[in-house]
Amino acid sequence: MKVGLFIPCYINAVYPEVGRASYELLQRVGCEVDYPLDQTCCGQPMANAGFEKDARALAEHMNELFARYDYVVGPSASCVVFVREGYPRLLPDYREHACVDARIWEICEFLHDVVRPARLDARFPHRVSLHNSCHGVRHMGLSSPSERQIPYQSKLRDLLSLVEGIDVVEPERRDECCGFGGMFSVEENAVSVAMGRAKVGRHMDTGAEYITGADASCLMHMQGIITREKLPIRTIHMVEILNSRS
Amino acid sequence: MSTHSKAAKRFVADAERLAWHDQALYAVREKRDRMMATVPEWEDLRRMASEIKLHTLSRLGDYLCEFERNATANGMQVHWAADAAEMNETVWELIRRHGGRRLIKSKSMLAEECGMTPYLEARGVETVESDLGERIMQLLHMPPSHIVLPAIAVRREEVGALFEREMGTEPGNSDPTYLTHAARRALRPKFLEADVSMTGVNFAVASTGALAVCTNEGNADMGTSFANLHIAIMGIEKVIPDMEALGVFTRLLARSGTGQPVTTYTSLYRRPAPGCEIHVILVDNGRSEWLADEAHRNMLKCLRCGACMNTCPVYRRSGGYSYSYFIPGPLGINLGMLRSPKRYHGNVSACSLCYSCSNVCPAMIDLGEQIYEWRQRLDRLGLADPMKKAAVKGMDFVMGGRRRFYGGIALGRLAEKLPRAVLENGLNPWSAPGRAMPPFAPRSFNAWWKKEMKK
Repeated sequence: MKVGLFIPCYINAVYPEVGRASYELLQRVGCEVDYPLDQTCCGQPMANAGFEKDARALAEHMNELFARYDYVVGPSASCVVFVREGYPRLLPDYREHACVDARIWEICEFLHDVVRPARLDARFPHRVSLHNSCHGVRHMGLSSPSERQIPYQSKLRDLLSLVEGIDVVEPERRDECCGFGGMFSVEENAVSVAMGRAKVGRHMDTGAEYITGADASCLMHMQGIITREKLPIRTIHMVEILNSRS
Repeated sequence: MSTHSKAAKRFVADAERLAWHDQALYAVREKRDRMMATVPEWEDLRRMASEIKLHTLSRLGDYLCEFERNATANGMQVHWAADAAEMNETVWELIRRHGGRRLIKSKSMLAEECGMTPYLEARGVETVESDLGERIMQLLHMPPSHIVLPAIAVRREEVGALFEREMGTEPGNSDPTYLTHAARRALRPKFLEADVSMTGVNFAVASTGALAVCTNEGNADMGTSFANLHIAIMGIEKVIPDMEALGVFTRLLARSGTGQPVTTYTSLYRRPAPGCEIHVILVDNGRSEWLADEAHRNMLKCLRCGACMNTCPVYRRSGGYSYSYFIPGPLGINLGMLRSPKRYHGNVSACSLCYSCSNVCPAMIDLGEQIYEWRQRLDRLGLADPMKKAAVKGMDFVMGGRRRFYGGIALGRLAEKLPRAVLENGLNPWSAPGRAMPPFAPRSFNAWWKKEMKK
């Protein structure tokens, strides 16, 4: 199975270690992984700000880059959701071909639903608070939304249960938004920071050493607050935990 | 900066009130969750509610005429109003013909929408709100900040001070039970003196020509029991096919809105008592145009339960008055845009696209998705924020070429060498007070890969 690694713009620039961990992790579970060079952005920030149409050229670029892979896998739930839901609107003439939106997966979702490893040989002896990101929960189904009458399940928890020594907890208000929201964090920065502070506070109330999740953008926003306020907790992407060595 | 963002900043500045407002509303969301947990068929009910509403909307004219026929046969009188002005004129004409001077009303969002109370007050009709929360807001000369919990942003100490002024309650006593009793005593003569009562309508049942009015205080029942003229006003989307449909909605409404199994009073008005009159005004005021808007007709499924406000992390942390439309939260953002994008587009920024509202909604309205859609329309409507547009065009330019993107990262790394005071100022909006900028990595993933693969 040939996997094209999708590394969103901000991960490329700010969190390359998340990209490296994704690459190594996919290899460890037996995938043939390639990274098509010179990726930039999927277009989600523009679209959420109200300029989805402006993302068309980026969608075409993404589509060309990933044309030759069976699967496209990336470590960011919200970017993957945007490609899946937005590209069919942006690329109507591409529907007859193998289009990127039909083959793209968020990496945890991919591991959980497609690869289904029985073991990971990972070890992370820490208490970790799970960050259930909005798009991951409500548009991807990584876990059951708390608003709905559906039995609780969490793909992230399932995967973390393969990690030795880890203690996984969830904050009160388990899937309340952290306040990132792309352009929202800029345009509504007062509310955004208030939401982020409250969210980090609830993660800290669990006694966790780390906040982890499948959306690096939420983690980036919360880390900004943690750094500024010098709080005794830090963020770490799911793939870095899953890729840890035992 | 949008109108909402500016107003929200002021709300956020009062950290204590912010925490309290957020918690008060989240507690309602939690009560709602506990109620939902007792109904295993919850998701089926939501689906049924949504489908019944969509079906009714697809034959709206037929159901409205069926309702009119049956209500008329029951002895009620039905009026039609194309817009707010027609509704207000009809209400005034009915009151005038009746010789009414004092109107006792229960809560109606439609009355707010049409500016009815000021219209009637200007014509010498004393209009008294009988819902406790609405009455508090009326005495404060403030609009409601929530559609179901109008006085949610007012603290009990503030209510105590208000009642001390208005009703002579004990100074410093803000015990809710004490204040409620005082309000009840003060309202009693208003009920007795009223010569006209007004209610909204939660559901109008076409097959029986009956009106369902839901309250928790029994104030609608009290009002309509004394005055012998009852005027009921309703938006045309309030009609439902039959009593079975009503059963679906009454199971969802209070559970979603306040976390109660059912509203304390769910009253069905079918025919006027001897010597009394019931007049129903069916109001369009834009609704038939909204019905034609495929992307937003779902808004007409709304039950006005307020669950989307209680769950909205932005509403809870910015308060009802930060929105320029009289209905706040996800519901108000969307209804305001249907009313007038030009006047109310300053609210569409008030959404982090978390989609909690879409999932909490008992009628399965895609509230969050619709806010996303409104954002896409702003540029076409000539209402896009020029700063935001410039930022997006800039991002597009940088992301549009790999050299520009990776060159940009290098530049960013250099910029980080600047002193913090230069980077983290008002011109760099990411660096809101309380959030540090993420540092660029010394080497991008792209660069690492290139080097790694050469090995």
